[in-house]
Amino acid sequence: MSFDRSKVPTWRPGYRFQYEPAQKGHVLLYPEGMIKLNDSAALIGGLIDGERDVAAIIAKLDEQFPGVPELGDDIEQFMEVARAQHWITLG
Amino acid sequence: MRSTGSPLVELPSKPEVGLPLWLLAELTYRCPLQCPYCSNPLDFADQGKELSTEQWIKVFREAREMGAAQLGFSGGEPLVRQDLAELIREARQLGFYTNLITSGIGLTEQKISDFKKAGLDHIQISFQASDEQVNNLLAGSKKAFAQKLEMARAVKAHGYPMVLNFVTHRHNIDKIDRIIELCIALEADFVELATCQFYGWAQLNRVGLLPTKEQLVRAERITNEYRAKLEAEGHPCKLIFVTPDYYEERPKACMNGWGSIFLTVTPDGTALPCHGARQLPVQFPNVRDHSMQHIWYDSFGFNRFRGYDWMPEPCRSCDEKEQDFGGCRCQAFMLTGDASNADPVCSKSEHHGVILAAREEAETATQTIEQLAFRNERNSRLIAKG
Repeated sequence: MSFDRSKVPTWRPGYRFQYEPAQKGHVLLYPEGMIKLNDSAALIGGLIDGERDVAAIIAKLDEQFPGVPELGDDIEQFMEVARAQHWITLG
Repeated sequence: MRSTGSPLVELPSKPEVGLPLWLLAELTYRCPLQCPYCSNPLDFADQGKELSTEQWIKVFREAREMGAAQLGFSGGEPLVRQDLAELIREARQLGFYTNLITSGIGLTEQKISDFKKAGLDHIQISFQASDEQVNNLLAGSKKAFAQKLEMARAVKAHGYPMVLNFVTHRHNIDKIDRIIELCIALEADFVELATCQFYGWAQLNRVGLLPTKEQLVRAERITNEYRAKLEAEGHPCKLIFVTPDYYEERPKACMNGWGSIFLTVTPDGTALPCHGARQLPVQFPNVRDHSMQHIWYDSFGFNRFRGYDWMPEPCRSCDEKEQDFGGCRCQAFMLTGDASNADPVCSKSEHHGVILAAREEAETATQTIEQLAFRNERNSRLIAKG
């Protein structure tokens, strides 16, 4: 089944994406827990605002990093993982 | 060639000190409940004066600058602090993820709403009630539980994520299926099924609390069945099952290592590397006298068990010491009299027999709930004097 890029990702209530200066990186904070995100996950996470759909996120990053092959696939994969972990909902 | 007869052990180099990512603020030891498995120290009634609002805010600011990201408001019952909303507001503005860890007693819909406006991120409701009450809860009776249920629903209605925490022990663990059903019905995001850990009051009451192996195995099997069911449904609720280490052969990597990521500040300002450490014969710094920077990086107490130099055998030459750090210092102290010893949970410990005896005792224990020592000021003063 192909991924529907018109879906809009939203952080699950109580999940917060933020930059941590002491860790020099972005994290996802949730009840009593924290996940340190790698650079590409942080770039994608920074564009999740409950309004942009997946296609818009891909377009935005493609603009920033033109010519990266499989960019769309990587972003789809992130969305799948984030949804399976219940970090986001795709509505 | 070695000059001494005893084999020298090549110890791994001391790892760099990590960031204090987790700050637990025990705002007060005051509490309307008397749970016999409370992890507060036995002599809580004799502890010093509570920190002021300004002192707490200073602690938060300094810890945040050092990289602390998670902040737990705990106790005692943190709701008895009249300045709680203010503390939440300050902490949230500093960028903390703020967690309120409460029994729900004293919580109102108004407070839930006020805390939300102040920026509170999450509420954990602990069902820290006696078994009789838990049973009443499961049966849907008694007003106190109507209150807890109402508050749990209000927490979700106000858009918070919610963790429900059940301390399980030999008197309630057989109802684990009912507990899980209730948590799912209340739309908990996470459920902590925490088999009692034996510190503070729980250690005092261990014989009356430790479940049998059979009880534990059954509870874990049922939990796994619910996990599989939830996953198949794509249900977001996550079940966390904490086993009591008394049934393990290797110790837990307590606090992920001493002074590694976790920092507790107790009501009177004493800073600890874990909430049980106060009982150790180690001098710990106080936030009234020192900066958090000094406390975390330079104080004697926080450096006492960092690295591997302090380890005697069998830990010293053990190839698992970098995984479990020799287990829990408090448990080693309570059960062997020396906090440097291997945690007796480890089958390599010469004191492992203490654990085996406790398991055996659990098979025949007959203590009822009424026979447990309840955590209250009267008992605290009696026991601490003794």
